[in-house]
Amino acid sequence: MRNLLVLGAGTAGTMVVNKLRGRLDPSEWTITVVDQDDDHHYQPGYLLLPFGTYKPSQLVRSRARYVDDGIDLRMGTIEELDTEGSAVVLSDGTRLPYDQLVIATGAGIHPEETPGMTGQEWRRSIFDFYSLDGATALRDALAGFTRGRLVIHITEMPIKCPVAPLEFAFLADAHLRARGLRDDVEIVYVTPLDGAFTKPVASAQLGSMLSSRGITVETDFMVERVDPDARALVSYDEREVPFDLLVTVPLHMGAAFVRRSGLGDELGFVRVDKHTLQAEGHPDIFAIGDASNIPASKAGSVAHFAADIFTENFLQHIAGQPMTHSFDGHANCFVESGDGKGLLIDFSYDTEPLPGTYPLAGVGPFSLLKESRVNHLGKLAFRWIYWNVLLRGRPLPVPTRMSMRGKVEAPASAGQDVPPFTPAP
Amino acid sequence: MPVATLNGTTIHVNDEGFMTEFAEWDEDIARALAANIGIELTDDHMAVIGFVRSDYAAQGESPTLRRVATVGGVPTKRLFALFPKKPAKKMSYIAGVPKPVGCV
Repeated sequence: MRNLLVLGAGTAGTMVVNKLRGRLDPSEWTITVVDQDDDHHYQPGYLLLPFGTYKPSQLVRSRARYVDDGIDLRMGTIEELDTEGSAVVLSDGTRLPYDQLVIATGAGIHPEETPGMTGQEWRRSIFDFYSLDGATALRDALAGFTRGRLVIHITEMPIKCPVAPLEFAFLADAHLRARGLRDDVEIVYVTPLDGAFTKPVASAQLGSMLSSRGITVETDFMVERVDPDARALVSYDEREVPFDLLVTVPLHMGAAFVRRSGLGDELGFVRVDKHTLQAEGHPDIFAIGDASNIPASKAGSVAHFAADIFTENFLQHIAGQPMTHSFDGHANCFVESGDGKGLLIDFSYDTEPLPGTYPLAGVGPFSLLKESRVNHLGKLAFRWIYWNVLLRGRPLPVPTRMSMRGKVEAPASAGQDVPPFTPAP
Repeated sequence: MPVATLNGTTIHVNDEGFMTEFAEWDEDIARALAANIGIELTDDHMAVIGFVRSDYAAQGESPTLRRVATVGGVPTKRLFALFPKKPAKKMSYIAGVPKPVGCV
């Protein structure tokens, strides 16, 4: 009997165990999955909760309900990964040996890593929407907010759902307009990036959507600390951005046991091969979802597409064969833009988000990088798909690998004159 | 791939001006690249550039600001002083390695 041990029963971990239970012979393989509690949060709902779309109770369900029969779900806090002894130790001393290990413990937020952030103003004028209690507290703060400076802030990349702070800005603008308060509120978007988003075509489009809404953007802003008395963000190069209401996306880090294990990068994300998700130097350890350091968005869609590839590779790996499937970094994200509209972006390691259409039989086409009502409906429908199709490990009617169908390629830059050394980096 | 000539030396760059051939780099090129973006290289700059190059050679990717600070041991505040406004990009540019994957 061999053991597959999966750490984390969130989006990625739940998909992986459900997919593999159907593919691994129960007389040969046990599957155990560990999580610290039984609360599975629908994290995409955190964005909409502050605007009253969902109640907190609508976003939490039992993990056990979504883990199939034949899988041993354990509750416990992971203390140590013993790679020498091929075992994981829980905080109550339980030792779980493994033949194959999948780390799917996600990314956590660490506001305490930014000096001054969790001081006297935390949950008074400083909020996050990357936790259920944070989003709930922000809902109440937003309801009482009528004038002043609303600052939306990203601490450092990478973050989960990198479009979420942009969406928050669009939704806040629409929310304040609907309440007749928009003229009394200044909205500022503060980012460590050099534009609204990471990839050039999408960054230009999303940046113009911010400016057309009168939202100011402060770029290349690397926060050093929060000054709670002045209520201001202070950057390493000594710029200050004052706020009346700060909505921050705190620093993200991998799980503490990953940081202690030596398998992680500086932020505790497991260093893996970006095409196979195999941990560097540890052929029997994989990391999937937000827990890995792959250069892709930390997003459920990425975890889903990666899980498809991982499942096939894993079966080859345990059969002693070379892994022949390669993950392309495919991401597919609905972007809420307010007033019941949204955009869709579809991209990969090698292809940035492009305009065009996204074909989907029976429902689409969705418009790419362009606002439409059907994109917003797609986002709302996703909650049902998440619980009933995605977590179950069932196939979605979309291709796993990114396709160029419907996309309009950006004009090639190769034909342009390239002045040497003018990066103004 | 565009080619540029710098102090009589031909180097390969991408359309943002970042070098694409690790081996084409030397300190004279670094000085010229730095001058291009208004930086006069000191020993402190060169120590950081040296770390960026050796880390890239070892890891296969350009280090992030956080990595230069935590692994390279140069505080973030100092990096902003040495390479104003956009330290991560400027370090990579001068060190002749790709722009760091800003994240996605």
